[in-house]
Amino acid sequence: MSDDGGGDVTYPGARRPDRRYRVDSSGVGIAVGEWGDPDAPPLLLAHGGFDFVGTYDVFAPLLADGGRRVVAWDQRGHGDSERAALYSWAADLRDTVAVLDALGDVGPLPLVGHSKGGGMLLEVAEALPHRVSHVINLDGLPSSQAQPDRPDHERTRMLSGELAGWLDHRRASAGKQRRPGTLDELAERRGRMNPRLSMDWLRYLVTVGGFHDEEGWRWKIDPGLRMGGFGPWRPEWSLIRLPGLRMPFLGILATQPEVMGWGTQPKDLEPYLPDRAEIESWDDSGHFVHIEFPERAAERVLAFLAAHP
Amino acid sequence: MSPTYLDHGHVRLALHELRGGDGPTLLLLHPLAEHSPPTVPVDSAAWPGPVHALDFTGHGASTVPVGGGYTSEVLMADVDVALAHLGPSTILGSGLGAYVALMVAGARADLVRGAVLDDGAGLAGGGDSPGSVYLSPPLVTDGSVPDPWALAELSRDLRPADYATAFVRLALQFSGLDTPVSVAARFRPTWVAAVAAEPGVADCSVPQALTAYAGLG
Repeated sequence: MSDDGGGDVTYPGARRPDRRYRVDSSGVGIAVGEWGDPDAPPLLLAHGGFDFVGTYDVFAPLLADGGRRVVAWDQRGHGDSERAALYSWAADLRDTVAVLDALGDVGPLPLVGHSKGGGMLLEVAEALPHRVSHVINLDGLPSSQAQPDRPDHERTRMLSGELAGWLDHRRASAGKQRRPGTLDELAERRGRMNPRLSMDWLRYLVTVGGFHDEEGWRWKIDPGLRMGGFGPWRPEWSLIRLPGLRMPFLGILATQPEVMGWGTQPKDLEPYLPDRAEIESWDDSGHFVHIEFPERAAERVLAFLAAHP
Repeated sequence: MSPTYLDHGHVRLALHELRGGDGPTLLLLHPLAEHSPPTVPVDSAAWPGPVHALDFTGHGASTVPVGGGYTSEVLMADVDVALAHLGPSTILGSGLGAYVALMVAGARADLVRGAVLDDGAGLAGGGDSPGSVYLSPPLVTDGSVPDPWALAELSRDLRPADYATAFVRLALQFSGLDTPVSVAARFRPTWVAAVAAEPGVADCSVPQALTAYAGLG
């Protein structure tokens, strides 16, 4: 057992980035981590909502060992990146471009993104196709087909509760801190969002995504951020980016039901798929395909890149 | 008179008292790129109680945050912080402030005693559905107002009609008012036209709407 300082917590195959640095994105410091030979062909790797670079500590080294310079970053307010006053999808996209720009003249490169990160990269690929060679999406293709059909009055009541909860959270956000706990308590809390992931992995995640002070462990993520939410966005707004993609596209769908997953089925994507897109379902995996099956995911990514030089 | 400052996350919001006194409270929300007026505007002069005005994040005397990331939703939370200070209020919003007034009227139906939506900069937003993706290069900012990121981002945020009307339905269902929203704006982009067509929405001038809401007691 750990002494709760986390010093002896390890996870098989996990490796912290070989290099770490910060990129300035309009005044917000973005923490970047890289694995692999700095002269190897680069690959940009975007994490999902409420994740951070450390969630790639097994997957990214496998890609690096496959001959890639893997570049990942903590989205603003996540991991070791600076907390911002404001958060938005548009700001996350701009931060992505700041990381891309910091690589210099590397030519078109593959974009690999999980969940929210996958959705972000669809838009980066649409906006900057001349800088993108491949798009690989790891369970980041949302579908409204998978959403439960609810009567109007129930939707209104749910929206009312969601709005009140979010506004209450915002009112209390000044000076707020994440709730402290033991390493195991934080791992268990995270496990409620990621019920398919092992406690060993979740405990490891605490040590790389949290910090320890006199009151215990806290997640680094900005307490102003809150899971769930509302807004004008709808799943189709992500999918409409797909048909225009001209670069090779691979989408992996995880179909085991999970709290944070979309439950998207291949048939939901058919109207949107670009020519020669490759879509596959992993029926044995939940949303975090790169954590549940890191070797298989890395092999699939590397094989796809090799097949489309 | 110096404003009252209220904390909203990492932002300090400036809330201006334009007129004190007893009676129902009126809160003014300014258009995009503008700020609170120094005195009670003519349209609101007959209001029978105190009148306040809020500077949104990145505007007027409120904090200019670093690195942008504006959404209308976070401005709604700005207003909610002001309502926590003021208590139940009628809201008169212009332009961008009209959209935010609508949102908070639905989200805090128990605290908003009528929302009036008037013309002004930033009323339309970015339209009803997404266009081509545009990734803005970094903007030059020096901390002065209005924040260039606010201008860039809040003029492009999408305002689908069914999203806007969901806030009307919330206001109608939970405020206890027969007409919780009044549309005075003459410019009617898609979301405003959809709101104006909803049950529980009055179509009238600003003075008419304020007279009706002042009578709520």
